[in-house]
Amino acid sequence: MRLSASFLRSLGPLVLLLVVFAALGLLVPDFLGLRNMRGLVLSITLVGTIATTMMLVLALREVDLSVGSVTALAGVLTAVVIGHTGSVALGILAGLLAGALVGVLNGWVVAVLKVNSLIVTLATMEIVRGLAFLVSGGQAVSIPAERFYVLDSGTVLGINNPIWIMLAAFIAFGVLLNRTVFGRNVLAIGGNPEAARLAGVPVRSVRISVFVWQGVIAALAGIVLAARITSGQPNTSQGLELAVISACVLGGVSLSGGVATIAGVIIGVVIMGAAQNALNLLDVPTFYQYVVRGGILLAAVIFDRLRQSGGLRGAFPSHFLRPTARQQDSTAL
Amino acid sequence: MSALLTYDRVGKRFPGVVALDEVSFAVAPGEVRALMGENGAGKSTLLKILAGEYRPDSGGLVIDGVPLAFASPRDSQAAGVAIIHQELHLAPDLTVTENLLLGRMPSRGGFIDRKEARRQAEAILARLGEAIDPDARLRSLSIGKRQMIEIGKALARDARIIAFDEPTSSLSATETRQLMRIIDELRRDRRAILYVSHRMEEVFEISDSVTVLRDGRHLGDFPDMAALSQDQLITAMAGRTIADIYAYRPRPHGEVAVQIDGLIGPGLRQPIDLQVRQGEILGFFGLVGAGRSELFKLLYGAVSPLAGSVSIDGAVLAPGDPRRAIAAGLGLCPEDRKDEAIMPLAGVAENIAIARRNIANHALVDDRSEGRQAASLIELMRVKTASATTPIATLSGGNQQKAIIARWLAAEARILLMDEPTRGIDVGARSEIYAHMYRLAEEGRSILFASSDMPEVMGVADRIVVMREGAIAGILSRAEATPDILLRLALPDAGRAAAPL
Repeated sequence: MRLSASFLRSLGPLVLLLVVFAALGLLVPDFLGLRNMRGLVLSITLVGTIATTMMLVLALREVDLSVGSVTALAGVLTAVVIGHTGSVALGILAGLLAGALVGVLNGWVVAVLKVNSLIVTLATMEIVRGLAFLVSGGQAVSIPAERFYVLDSGTVLGINNPIWIMLAAFIAFGVLLNRTVFGRNVLAIGGNPEAARLAGVPVRSVRISVFVWQGVIAALAGIVLAARITSGQPNTSQGLELAVISACVLGGVSLSGGVATIAGVIIGVVIMGAAQNALNLLDVPTFYQYVVRGGILLAAVIFDRLRQSGGLRGAFPSHFLRPTARQQDSTAL
Repeated sequence: MSALLTYDRVGKRFPGVVALDEVSFAVAPGEVRALMGENGAGKSTLLKILAGEYRPDSGGLVIDGVPLAFASPRDSQAAGVAIIHQELHLAPDLTVTENLLLGRMPSRGGFIDRKEARRQAEAILARLGEAIDPDARLRSLSIGKRQMIEIGKALARDARIIAFDEPTSSLSATETRQLMRIIDELRRDRRAILYVSHRMEEVFEISDSVTVLRDGRHLGDFPDMAALSQDQLITAMAGRTIADIYAYRPRPHGEVAVQIDGLIGPGLRQPIDLQVRQGEILGFFGLVGAGRSELFKLLYGAVSPLAGSVSIDGAVLAPGDPRRAIAAGLGLCPEDRKDEAIMPLAGVAENIAIARRNIANHALVDDRSEGRQAASLIELMRVKTASATTPIATLSGGNQQKAIIARWLAAEARILLMDEPTRGIDVGARSEIYAHMYRLAEEGRSILFASSDMPEVMGVADRIVVMREGAIAGILSRAEATPDILLRLALPDAGRAAAPL
């Protein structure tokens, strides 16, 4: 029953995905070609990898705006450390550690000092971006180690490493969300934090852990990105947080917490990537792409809102028409 | 006398349920009509139709002889209807004046006329008999005072039909008295009043007549309260008599299970010393704010105590940590189920499993064994739910409460703290909850429950602790307890002379 319930919930995004692909396949030449599909999957690895942990953050009824900055800082730091020590391992470690530390800071302020995560991570977004510029001296830092590039360019079984990393994140955080006590606690806290606390959920440590995971995964994605562009760039990934959050919301993760599926997030990421890919194929100028990306985010949150209020009458099969638990008064029937 | 408000063969269906089946009744001006029935009987649906939130599938409302079809709450308000909900619709950061005149602020030349606004607000407050500062922020008022403001809003727009939905569920005794007085005034003002409450005493005190509903059907009206006894009314609602509701079962008590020594913390005025034995049901009686909930929260570790200790089966419990308390065998059924007990969108089984899962120290969730346990507990507790994965928020209050008790059975709790265990729960489900309490106690568990419903405390508890202003005012055996003694212990010193009940 759990399966079918979450399956139904993910049907909405799935329908959207099929519609988007059918439309793009018809309208955009070469869109459905194998070559383009491969490129599309590669292009979503950055957003897709980070979306796995953003899913946890949103399910917790929180948000993390600092991921774009963390991505930049981790890339720059890795580049600088590799440049100084010549050790790729140390560089990667430094990048991941930086991400974890930002996560600890975010999580601690949110969970212990109980400050709104939107504001906390807005602040750390600025701070971390600033650190990235400071560490790099405001310049791109080139990475003099061919071995490091393998992280991006290498393949296993014919599939590029970034895709493997993204798939691993999908599986790991999908299992974490559905199969572990930790994941279920994330959903419980998002559903009702005080009730979760009184039922024995270690709310504080779960909150901090989720932000730490988010920091580490954003850093990992930033390190892979640095390998792709063969340098650490302090001004990279601006606005990335919005793309990641859009993808999650498109995939049915509720902004009011407590509801998330990894299948939905994957679909959301693919839809975002497909839209971007189609705009590129059609040679739409960058300025328009901003408008389209923002439009998709707006559509996604309206979609989230309508789904909660049952306002999509006629747009979906009948099981979507039932009032949701949120609005249904238990004494009404 | 012609009716002010008439429900004319009102029918309403939801998928799979007939919520209202051709319900007809009429309320005259100057009449207080109680709507009685168990949860699910259709009272809320009737009110929501009056409020313009639902549209009836058949039949309709007639107000002052004119058939009306409300398309929205705005239409309903325009027709002179006001609904005073259990949950208040007020802006906590605005002042009392701004709330009272919300949407109808007097203005002059486009600017708010503060002087006139204040005059109107003071006039309304005077009618309510409330000594409230019109400039106070709403946030600073007690729940009871806020409810008065909500009633004041209805007065401000001169509503002729006023419906009260469980208005006293969060009011203190004094505030309830005041509400009764105001309703009486509205009656003399020849308004039509609908009154929904589970509390018999109030219904008998305030209403002129009763309409009884069961399963969406209109069972009948009792036009004369004087000719009606509580027993008759309960029998009509549920087919049960009062004695049956509590069905007290005595049982032997075992060793000391909970030992409280000098426990004090926020909300308590004096240190608490208390012992509770295995198999004992200990009732906590007191007015709102007497410190019962606060004591439970301290015991459970939801709030950190300032001093004192709690021992469970002889072992001292680490303070201020619900997880330790649960591991030591405590379980809390909070008063406010919606905010403190349930994960609304999660399924019933998920809500049951959460506590056990968190003290079991496993990393992975074993859905199969959790599902089996939840299924057997759902059956044992007779939780009425379509399936184990149905979101718990869609269940009735009584069934939610049973699921929360099941949570603690799953976690093998030996000491249950139940804060207002039957608040907002209808007569039928209440008596089921009591039966579960006896059964759990017979199995050797200790139950501490807090209630402001005196018959409930006297009907269910083996021993009664009366609390007053953050301290224990007295401890009585079941045999010693009388309504008179309980009240005298519970009322504050100052109130004892001034507010005879």
